[in-house]
Amino acid sequence: MSGVQDAVQAVVRKAIALAPDSWMPGGKPDPLIHHKHGLIGAPVSRIDGPLKVSGKAQFCAEFPMERLTYAALKYSAIARGRIVEIDTAAAEAAPGVVLVMTHRNAPKLNRAPPFMSKPKAAGPDDLPIMQDDRIHWNGQPVALVLAETQEQADHAQSFIRVTYEEQNPVIALAAAKAKGGEPGVFMGEPLKQKVGDAEAALAAAPHKVDVTYTTPRHHHAPIELHACTLAWEGETLRIHDASQAVAHEAWTIAQVFGLKENQVRLTSPFVGGGFGSKLLWQHQILAAAAATIARRPVRIMLSREGVFRIVGGRTVTEQRVALGAQTNGRLDALIHTGVVAMTPHNNMPEPFILPAKSVYASKTFFLDVETVKMNMVANTFMRAPGEAVGTFGLESAMDELAVELGLDPIELRIRNEPDKDPLTGLAFSQRGIVQAWRDGAARFGWDKRSASPAARREGDWLIGMGCAAGTYPYYRMPGGAARLTITRDGHATVAIAAHEMGMGTATAQAQVAAERLGLPLEQVQVLYGDTLFPGAVLAGGSQQTAAIGASLIAAQRALVKELLKLAGNDSPLAGLGADEVGGFEGGLCALDDASRRESYASILGRARREEVAVEAEAPMPLELEHWSMHSHSALFCEVRVNIVSGEIRVSRFLGSFDCGRILNAKTAASQFRGGIIMGLGLALMEEALFDERSGRTMNPSLAEYHVPVHLDVPEIDVIWTDEPDPHAPVGARGIGEIGITGVGAAVANAVFNATGKRVRDLPITLDKVM
Amino acid sequence: MRWIVNRREVEREVDQRTSLLDLLREHLHLFGAKKGCNQGACGACTILVDGERINSCLALAVQYEGREITTIEGLGEPGALHPLQQAFVEHDGLQCGYCTPGQICSAVGMAAELRKGVPSYVTEDLDAEIIALSHDELRERMSGNLCRCGAYNGIVDAIHETFGGLAAPAPKREAA
Repeated sequence: MSGVQDAVQAVVRKAIALAPDSWMPGGKPDPLIHHKHGLIGAPVSRIDGPLKVSGKAQFCAEFPMERLTYAALKYSAIARGRIVEIDTAAAEAAPGVVLVMTHRNAPKLNRAPPFMSKPKAAGPDDLPIMQDDRIHWNGQPVALVLAETQEQADHAQSFIRVTYEEQNPVIALAAAKAKGGEPGVFMGEPLKQKVGDAEAALAAAPHKVDVTYTTPRHHHAPIELHACTLAWEGETLRIHDASQAVAHEAWTIAQVFGLKENQVRLTSPFVGGGFGSKLLWQHQILAAAAATIARRPVRIMLSREGVFRIVGGRTVTEQRVALGAQTNGRLDALIHTGVVAMTPHNNMPEPFILPAKSVYASKTFFLDVETVKMNMVANTFMRAPGEAVGTFGLESAMDELAVELGLDPIELRIRNEPDKDPLTGLAFSQRGIVQAWRDGAARFGWDKRSASPAARREGDWLIGMGCAAGTYPYYRMPGGAARLTITRDGHATVAIAAHEMGMGTATAQAQVAAERLGLPLEQVQVLYGDTLFPGAVLAGGSQQTAAIGASLIAAQRALVKELLKLAGNDSPLAGLGADEVGGFEGGLCALDDASRRESYASILGRARREEVAVEAEAPMPLELEHWSMHSHSALFCEVRVNIVSGEIRVSRFLGSFDCGRILNAKTAASQFRGGIIMGLGLALMEEALFDERSGRTMNPSLAEYHVPVHLDVPEIDVIWTDEPDPHAPVGARGIGEIGITGVGAAVANAVFNATGKRVRDLPITLDKVM
Repeated sequence: MRWIVNRREVEREVDQRTSLLDLLREHLHLFGAKKGCNQGACGACTILVDGERINSCLALAVQYEGREITTIEGLGEPGALHPLQQAFVEHDGLQCGYCTPGQICSAVGMAAELRKGVPSYVTEDLDAEIIALSHDELRERMSGNLCRCGAYNGIVDAIHETFGGLAAPAPKREAA
């Protein structure tokens, strides 16, 4: 970006920050925030539950098609170089084979615009897809086989012989670092911030910690394998996909194949877990390319190994955290710097400094993420990118500082609570972390914790407690839009190109829409996951709740305007503007006078209309530049560590959350718990082992990449402040990602309290506490 | 070849390499049993064969000729859910729903194992005729069914509610 653009952007940002609250989206609190006893927050069972428990929910690889073919991929066995020869004759001659596609016969494809390079770009990287003989990572697809059955495709694939010429891959982190790093840039923002001279403040501080933490590669490992079923229907490419970005994917695939955007129809009614991984990867494009040549529908379902080979995960990080403090615990210096690996062809520098930008006040800051390049599958967004691993470093270091100071770690955190955003100076929209700490500590029995480590033993087990803060920002991305239809019999339908991957979106948003429109829940339907619907709503950054919420507010306003027009002068509502009217008991009602009302049926009946449909776009998310908007959690963990075997068991866990209003107590509790459980995996077992000699992931299976199982997971207690954010739609900030943040540190700090051993390298396996 | 699937006889010609899971999904279009790893590591494909739970991805269809196979579709359907399916909905024992059919079939099979006194790694009394469904017993025995969304607490609650009183006779539908 040029200096002039930077300067203009800085001026605009300043202007938004200084503008009156009332000019901002959310400047006038959403009236729904004051609805205390209706559907908002009610523990409604998920609407799609009966379909899912009976096996009737249709996932993308479960759409039968006539003349369907099945695909299998062959993956590169080297990390960088070229294909000298590829022998496909035996595969082509194998029974049932319809097509063997390699770079020699693949159709010409444009490169996929990489994620965030354009508003709807969704490419995993900017590499050509099976267009030449170049190899960029160990695991890159080099051939695709289509056959009449999956068994035939898998078998034929095994006959393909490839000869490679390897060319100096960079596959060791030390080698990548030796080549030098570059500053990380995340969503257009440099991952580098300085306030004052932090190194000097650290040197002068009477108390300090200065340590290095490392986190390994992680994989999302959703249980549904990445897959799609697709076919050309005339000029339209019809794709059944598992997607958390239907509009983005369709647009990007259209660019790759030189199509108009509306020639790609992509639907994704159910997604079997995503966590950041159910985006566009090579398999959808290769399947569509194969369907183009073979003129047959294609189903591709990656093997579990295939998912590890071509779907990127969270990258490796090395983090230095240095804290300098006064004797009273107040921070003089907060330094969080380090190195992450990415590839030469993507742009995802794991932004582990994000938590340090807003959680604590400090006189000085130095935050910096440097990136180094390796030849590996493009790393990507995984649940709480940045925060999940960044809080491990920062919150472990806060625990170390508490030990150094002889202070209670909760007290240390509360003493460093900022009164405004420590870096931007913006006012917080709502911040209840101190309350969350106090509620959580009381409920968990924190007062029973011994301050000195290794003090509690039962038989062969040492028992300890630890805590950590979690944090995740409020996001709302541009692109929100919704269609709202209301019928004379009082049924409403919201259609929006959003996603349900198990978060409970369809259920919680139906509750919100019903409350907003003044209709019973049974009369409201939320349709999603289809490119025919308006909006480009990424299920990422925990932003769907806000994006859908703001779109719905805009759509309802448009609907009210339309209905007031239809109601005319004979209505009790005559003379009122759209801002003075809300939904109430099956119709519209003046906000300040409950006697002025008319039902939807009456308005539509008089106007002789069966239905009214409107479409509206959400305003630009300027609230993000005007307030500092963040969710927080106070996490409490109890572990038992076996002194003979080193086995670590998490025996109790409590998450105390401050995330604004909770929309559905049942599904929200599940999301919090789910995030915490993935955090237990991060803390104790998850590690993709990258062979630095070959660049190959060595444990590409669920037998060897360990995730938490039933016996690893105790009952997890979750509570929340439920204090609405006055500047967010419905007062709610998204909750999909905050659950995982801070968990790694809470476990590590509990392990320290139990054993006196400080583990700074994830995962905390038993060998590290022996 | 013939199989009895959800109380109905079905007949298909299949490749000898076809797994029982692929028979169900690709040939019979019963997509309730899920493919999550195809190597017995995740449990999403769990079904019941003659009342016992197995990973159908590790079973060849030809090995199971003539056997009684029950999939999630045979346990219940919307409007007439099995008590355990209903409990999963009420306790939110699911999020994305992909591992859910496997969890449910596995729990039904597990209940039968407890009734028969089949011990596990955490069983205290190996001589017991019927093994009580303790918290650890349940979690150990369900550990072959992975849930990446982390719905474990709800799953455990749903199973406890349904099978907690294991001394009682088996609910009628589950041995189908």
